[in-house]
Amino acid sequence: METSIIISGFGGQGALFAGQVLAHAAMESGKEVTWIPSYGPEMRGGTAHCTVVIGDEPIGSPLVRNPHCVIAMNLPSVDKYEPLVAAGGRLLYDSSLVKRPLHRTDILGVAIPAHDIALRCGSQQLVNITMLGALVTLCPLVELAAVEQALRIHLPERHAELLRPNILALHAGAAYIREQRIATS
Amino acid sequence: MTSLSLRASLREVSVPPQMEIVYAHPAALADVPMHYCPGCSHGAIHRMIAEVVDELAIRERTLCVAPVGCAVFAYKYFNFDSCEAAHGRAPAMATGLKRILPDRIIFTYQGDGDLASIGANEILHAALRGEPIGVIFVNNAVYGMTGGQMAPTTPVGMKTTSSPLGRDPLTQGRPIHLTEMLATISGVAYAVRRSMHSVAEMRKTKKAIRLAFQAQLQGLGLSLVEILAACPTNWRLTPVEALDFIRDRMASEYPVGDFKVDERLRNWSGEC
Amino acid sequence: MARALWKGNEALAEAAIRAGVDAFFGYPITPQTELLEYMARRMPELGRVFLQAESEIAAINMVYGAACAGARAMTSSSSPGISLMQEGLSYIAGSEVPCVVVDIMRGGPGLGNIQPSQADYFQLTRSAGHGDFHPLVLAPATLQEAVDLMYASFDLAFRYRTIVIIAGDGALGQMMEPVEMPPMRPPAQDRPDWAVFGAKGRPPRAITSLYLDAEELEQVNQRLQAKLKVIAAGEQRWECYLTEDADYLVVAFGTVARIAKSAVRAARAMGVRAGLFRPISLWPYPSGMLGTLIAQMRGVLVVEMNAGQMLEDVRMAVCGRVPVRFLGRMGGVIPLPDEIAAEIVHMARTRQRGNGHGAQRLLQFKE
Repeated sequence: METSIIISGFGGQGALFAGQVLAHAAMESGKEVTWIPSYGPEMRGGTAHCTVVIGDEPIGSPLVRNPHCVIAMNLPSVDKYEPLVAAGGRLLYDSSLVKRPLHRTDILGVAIPAHDIALRCGSQQLVNITMLGALVTLCPLVELAAVEQALRIHLPERHAELLRPNILALHAGAAYIREQRIATS
Repeated sequence: MTSLSLRASLREVSVPPQMEIVYAHPAALADVPMHYCPGCSHGAIHRMIAEVVDELAIRERTLCVAPVGCAVFAYKYFNFDSCEAAHGRAPAMATGLKRILPDRIIFTYQGDGDLASIGANEILHAALRGEPIGVIFVNNAVYGMTGGQMAPTTPVGMKTTSSPLGRDPLTQGRPIHLTEMLATISGVAYAVRRSMHSVAEMRKTKKAIRLAFQAQLQGLGLSLVEILAACPTNWRLTPVEALDFIRDRMASEYPVGDFKVDERLRNWSGEC
Repeated sequence: MARALWKGNEALAEAAIRAGVDAFFGYPITPQTELLEYMARRMPELGRVFLQAESEIAAINMVYGAACAGARAMTSSSSPGISLMQEGLSYIAGSEVPCVVVDIMRGGPGLGNIQPSQADYFQLTRSAGHGDFHPLVLAPATLQEAVDLMYASFDLAFRYRTIVIIAGDGALGQMMEPVEMPPMRPPAQDRPDWAVFGAKGRPPRAITSLYLDAEELEQVNQRLQAKLKVIAAGEQRWECYLTEDADYLVVAFGTVARIAKSAVRAARAMGVRAGLFRPISLWPYPSGMLGTLIAQMRGVLVVEMNAGQMLEDVRMAVCGRVPVRFLGRMGGVIPLPDEIAAEIVHMARTRQRGNGHGAQRLLQFKE
């Protein structure tokens, strides 16, 4: 069984990094995983996204058309991926930025005021990890502790002072899902 | 008796005690007949290089990178290791060799089409890197091997098979002065122009080759000796007329001289 | 050794280092640049040669020079840069010196784009330069396989004195996947007996690809061809996936092949017994194995990120015995599992409806 996740946002929001943290956590948890970025001009402004596939057997395709889970950190990402999420899948979006309702009824849309949560944790730069905390609480991909450990190991040294805020944001995102009593599976 | 067997017999000659050998076949020059035309300068330049290699006692650690052009078989004429580059790429190939073999003496032997036209980028960047290699740049103003077409070094007005009305600067540009250009680059330790049109000039040419190798032995950077050379066949001249052509036509466009000599070379005590 | 998450380009670079590469010469080009950047950091640390050349033309000729000295020399590039290297590759092949080249293919022709592509298939397998020769071309599908092939590449290059090309694409270069790195091997100490490094205590050697005499050059070519035959016989590599009971065969290489694996599983879930044949060596092409597999198949689907290049090798192996369909995406568009699966299912249904004219070969492009 493979689970595919797309994380998408503006360039600079850390979509690719959040995906890498998830991939590291999956690998350290003994799972098979692939991570593949969009590496076109969107890296330099515009939207950036990555695809993470996690499974128990060696991963076939590192790319999917219909992901099981999507983290959308801006409106263009919601517009692009809402039609693509697999039926029964999950679309987590930043409701601080995206004000429109979702159209699909066959997916679970999860509105997370990630921007506000991130600001409370210290910086709007923490939206990506806030969303990641929410994702791994919502879906049984990897343990939250494994993600925290991946952050500790893989946050670049030049950002060492951001480790605590990142861990704070990770747990705040997770707490939001638990407090809202959103059905997890 | 052919020249080959004559040479062989000379070697076996025992020298009487009251005499000494003042002229012999260089050990660094292979004992094979060369394919060059009568009056061509390549053979003499090969011999000068071989003499310098012998004098510096570096034959066992010298490597030649041969060009595409008339000297394409240079690797057959030297009695040391060598390899054959693609047209113009000798400085890149020599770079690869030198980076792997930093204590060897590595030189390229290139014509004007090879170095100044198709290989201009490779020589430019080898110079910029200060690659400690030697470059023997033989300038005879034409593409010799392909039958005398216009080269980037062809003087204005000179008729060649691809400039039958004479080189027209309006449509074909003016001759490139690559040695002067390279002399402006800090990675270049030695950049001079010499000529083959008289015995005196040939002696100076050999001294320059020796100094170029010396620059490499001292690890000073890229050293380049441009040599004005005769191509009687493609110039449609006799060998003697070809020497006059160098003196009268080529040397006015390409004056012999030193364009860059590293201070450490000037102070070299072993000046010959 | 523990698994670690590696980016494709960097994993290839580290694998080359562990295989004992002496010298790297390269030029920046997306999507392989991380390989060059990784070498720029690591090679000097290890006291080995790294040089950013002024062009791909210079880079391959520097590789040529270092290889003549007997070094384990390599370069890496992407499609437009590989085009520029054709001259040097031909000289290297003609001189029979070993080297390793990585091609992280991107969309073409021309400047094209920087997205993944497999459109260098002909360029690498058929004509990596003028004259008669083939490099040994290896196409990994996963990062672990990329690392393992890279690690083996210098031994292959030196065993046959040939060019080994690792053919990846932008997706392979850019993606991350767990990899177990092989152990570090020291650079080789001995210089090969054909290399040039100074004629000390032996006759001089010359390395050249020039033979003006026609009979002599024909003999050289005959020797080269004999060597290529040995390589062709001994170095075919492939993977068969779910082919034992398969009625329909997908043939794909590299990134597309791993995507096709997912598609084969999806097709099986839809009731079509599909399997995958994945050539790992693109030259020599594993035609024999493919020809054997064909006997049991009712249809073949070739999937590539190009206009149908490996398709020619498949057709030669199939020899008209079963229908061959083609699904090609170009310009950097990656075929996704669902469209490949749909094509497999379509092939099966078309075949079932067939009225005896099923042997007609179909060729189509997916819009």
